[in-house]
Amino acid sequence: MASGRFPGRPVVVVDGCRTPFVRSGTDFADLSAYDLARSALSGLLHRTGLDPREIGLLVLGCVIQDADTSNVAREAGLAAGLPPACPAFTVTVACVSANVAFLNAAHAVASGQVDGAIAGGTETLSDAPIRLSRALRKRLMAAQKARGPLDRIRRFAGTRLRDLRPQIPAIADFSTGLTMGQNGERLAKRLGVTREEQDAYALASHHKAARAQRDGKLGAQIVPVTVPGSFRIVREDNGIRGDSTPEKMASLKPAFDKTFGTLTAANSSYLTDGASAVLLMAEEKARALGMRPRARLVSSALTAMDPLDELLLGPAFAVPKALEAAGIGLEEVGVVEIHEAFAAQMVANLKLLESEAFARERLGRTSAVGKVAPERLNAWGGSLSIGHPFGATGGRLIATCVQRMEEEGARYGLVAACAAGAIGNALVFERVEP
Amino acid sequence: MKAVNLEKRLDGVAVLTLDNPDGPHNILSRDLFAEFRRVLEEVRTDPHVKAAVLISGKRDFLAGADIKSFFAMKEPSEGESLSREGHALLDLIAESPKPFVAAIHGQALGGGVELALACHYRLATDDPATVLALPEVTLGVLPAGGGTQRLPRLVGLAPALPLLLTGQRVRARKALRLGLVDALTSPGGLRETAAQAARRLAEGTLKPRRRRRRLLERLMERPPLRGLVFRQARKGVLAKTRGLYPAPLAILECVREGYEKGPRAGFRREEVLFGELCASEACKGLLGLALAMIELKKPLPGPEGRKVGTLGVLGGGFMGAGIASVSLKLCPVVVKDVSDAVLGKCARTVWEGLSKQVKSGALNRFERDRLFARLHPALDYGDLKRADLVVEAVFEDLELKRRVLEETEAVVSPECVFASNTSALPIASIAERARIPERVLGMHYFSPVPRMPLLEIVVTPRTSPEALATARAFGVAQGKTCIVVKDGPGFYTTRILSPFLNEAMVLLEEGAAVEAVDRALKDFGYPVGPVALIDEVGIDVGAHVAREFGDAYASRGLSSSKALPALFEAGYHGRKNGKGFYRYDRRRRGRKPVNREVYAFFGGPRRKEMPAEEMAERLAFLMVNEAVWCLQEGVISSPRDGDVGAILGLGFPPFRGGPFRFLDTLGAGEAVRRMEGYAERLGPRFRPAPLLLETARKGERFYGGS
Repeated sequence: MASGRFPGRPVVVVDGCRTPFVRSGTDFADLSAYDLARSALSGLLHRTGLDPREIGLLVLGCVIQDADTSNVAREAGLAAGLPPACPAFTVTVACVSANVAFLNAAHAVASGQVDGAIAGGTETLSDAPIRLSRALRKRLMAAQKARGPLDRIRRFAGTRLRDLRPQIPAIADFSTGLTMGQNGERLAKRLGVTREEQDAYALASHHKAARAQRDGKLGAQIVPVTVPGSFRIVREDNGIRGDSTPEKMASLKPAFDKTFGTLTAANSSYLTDGASAVLLMAEEKARALGMRPRARLVSSALTAMDPLDELLLGPAFAVPKALEAAGIGLEEVGVVEIHEAFAAQMVANLKLLESEAFARERLGRTSAVGKVAPERLNAWGGSLSIGHPFGATGGRLIATCVQRMEEEGARYGLVAACAAGAIGNALVFERVEP
Repeated sequence: MKAVNLEKRLDGVAVLTLDNPDGPHNILSRDLFAEFRRVLEEVRTDPHVKAAVLISGKRDFLAGADIKSFFAMKEPSEGESLSREGHALLDLIAESPKPFVAAIHGQALGGGVELALACHYRLATDDPATVLALPEVTLGVLPAGGGTQRLPRLVGLAPALPLLLTGQRVRARKALRLGLVDALTSPGGLRETAAQAARRLAEGTLKPRRRRRRLLERLMERPPLRGLVFRQARKGVLAKTRGLYPAPLAILECVREGYEKGPRAGFRREEVLFGELCASEACKGLLGLALAMIELKKPLPGPEGRKVGTLGVLGGGFMGAGIASVSLKLCPVVVKDVSDAVLGKCARTVWEGLSKQVKSGALNRFERDRLFARLHPALDYGDLKRADLVVEAVFEDLELKRRVLEETEAVVSPECVFASNTSALPIASIAERARIPERVLGMHYFSPVPRMPLLEIVVTPRTSPEALATARAFGVAQGKTCIVVKDGPGFYTTRILSPFLNEAMVLLEEGAAVEAVDRALKDFGYPVGPVALIDEVGIDVGAHVAREFGDAYASRGLSSSKALPALFEAGYHGRKNGKGFYRYDRRRRGRKPVNREVYAFFGGPRRKEMPAEEMAERLAFLMVNEAVWCLQEGVISSPRDGDVGAILGLGFPPFRGGPFRFLDTLGAGEAVRRMEGYAERLGPRFRPAPLLLETARKGERFYGGS
């Protein structure tokens, strides 16, 4: 557990942007996480007009690693035009990777190590690394040391047919062996989250996102990606279903528990490709450069619970911690951006935040954390509708939160997310008056 | 400071560092010869020295010879003796019993390669900066330091010929593949690695690496196959040069002499033919061009331009994409257009251009990604707000250009320079509604932008010196040779091209055949015939230019042919829509048949023979005469700019050195006499410009002297 008021000198978010988030296997099918991150970073530099030499650190989140670019932040940073002298590293904390990347960068700024930093994340789920079986890998490694072609063939002796089957990675927790969907199903059953509640939540998410897309709110945070090969210029998210109806939602079969389940493809977040980038600076530095600080980081919480029963409950644990550290109540927060892994997970977290029993038993509080007013929550859609490129989502949440705080005139904003391994994160921002 | 520094190492290796004290490059000249000879003598006589390394103390290895000195040569004997001295010097190296290693980093051009060839071992850095070439042929001369002898012997006859005959640049990896260098190393530590190689060569523990030649290659170097190789090469050269360029033939002759009678005879041939070439007019024309291009790369006196941190390009068509392509190395580029379809196509053009460079080894893949990431496709003017220079490349329409200028001014800073890429629309008229007309000028690029070396910068009386300096510095950084011209109908290049192309139409009206006109001008030395050129740029563009300013000089008898607008109206747009003076549907072996339908616009299908020389002269004189008018009116500020513009922009025969050098060679008096003859027969458009008459009367030359 790590939470508290954010220490050191004031850290502000100056701007945040992202590539379009698109369904895997579509517009970005031929791009790598490195390509997407490069686009997001060069887009951020272009739209802020910042001299890249002012950036002292780059931290990106990424979950599914590409062996060619294992420190994808470094490669993408160089390619996007950040100076070679700007260190860059990649963090991986499942779906809160970008949140943690942001915290890392924020600490470096707050402590005075750097004045400006970029944080964000990148992910392609179009090209997950499919591996050969362990048995075959072992023989391939051995064959490299072979003396002569005959010896090389000899090293493969004993290979069985089933060793040749490629291994596709599952989105599962290593410790429990359960996939996220299976665990979401457990959670829904345990807390009695109904199919109807989930479908209604997911439908609303799509409708809110569609409206925000139409009104240009999402467009304002998107930087275009030019795809080599097709040379399409992609400017829009492509997974938002503004035309979805309750009937359509209800028609889907459960995805994870085919007989008794309630989680479907429509009320779960889908595989997505995309990248995000957030520019953060020391407040004094931003002002000195004539850049407009938008929101100050007030407090943060990084929590971890039991991966079996509390896997998706990160917000329920992290939000109260961060609010406490900020010294404010939930009702004071005007803008709430919570990562929507599954509609079931969202409904569950919201229920627990309202629950006095949960507050008493698990948080050691005397009263419930509070009710999140629906109009304050994910007003421009969320991961269910916009999509969820694992490593990049946190950057989208922060960018959206800051953008909404400005438009809605909110004083406080809250970002929260859950991640595999039962990690939770929450960030509290306060708007900086221009 | 000396030009050749000698360091004797304890391990018996002498390191000779070429370090010209008078400039940024090492240049082969007589002064260097003398010093070099002394140092070589010391290497020879010092018993402690077992081997030697030749290395440069500059960024480049050796950039070639002092071409200015070639330019001054009047008699064949001058070049001959220079070559002989060069041979004698390089022989000292080649015949030395102590091994010499050439350590090459950066450019090794002409004499630089020949110096390396004389060494016993060549070590080059595997770096994009390392380039080897024998560009003598492009200057109208030949490699007179043994290049025609040593290169074929080292790499083989077949691979050597293209290098000698085209001046093709070879990068490190390819040089290794060819066997032109023995080994590659990394730039850091080149000196030490070379010293090690030299020591081991002396000890006998390192052998030069020679590429194994295949059987066919070996057969090609012996009779009877060898004769065939030379005949084919000669045929290729003649087809390409139409016999107008003596240098490639001379090179072939030297190579052959060497194969038939041995290297000594080959060296001797180099000396004689080099002397002859140096004194020839063709060489002066090409050298004059090269020297002018070097001068034009230097910064202008006056204020410094604004540093361009972001370039804006309006219009993502082929032109806009080309401008973006040549700018990405300099700064981020925002290309604005109205649709993503156009922007996507623009991105494709840029990407494919970069990919070609990756293939050639000029760029690595990561660098391509980095450059491509600097291309920002925009649908909104707001994206241009941080641009320091905006170049518009929208459709040639005055009202449209005025409007995009206004829209740009609404978002950019007051210091941002605005350039119009137009080939004919007057800049002053585009700038009419500009809020700040001082920042407006013309940047006339030629298509395709990455390949065409000329940039014509057009200034109006109101253009500020800062705006000009910004545009010119940026153009030079893009790798362009920039000429600065005054605003007016057609500026310089389009203006002198216009009567030239128009005369081709007149010839067709008189009954000449399309292919006969084109052949006549190609025989004169133009790379493309005028009629084919109209097809290439588009009959629509030709008609547009004819309409725009066709009658501006009607008083001089230059009225434009009505045929082009009529053809355009009838749906002939040239190559772009496959309907032009030529047919593009059944190309055979690179040759396109004439589209005989067009003769309906020129008085019917019956064509008659017309003397080729006269056809070429009529067109050429009109171009040349218009160039003199431009000089007289101050549109161009010097004959040099006029020559460079005509050669690089319009394909004026390079060996003729441009319109003004052409007149100087022919003699102004002779030119006047011939033109007056045409004027009498064909009309006042051939009347010599007053400045030409005056030059003839005074017996002067445009380039000074008499």
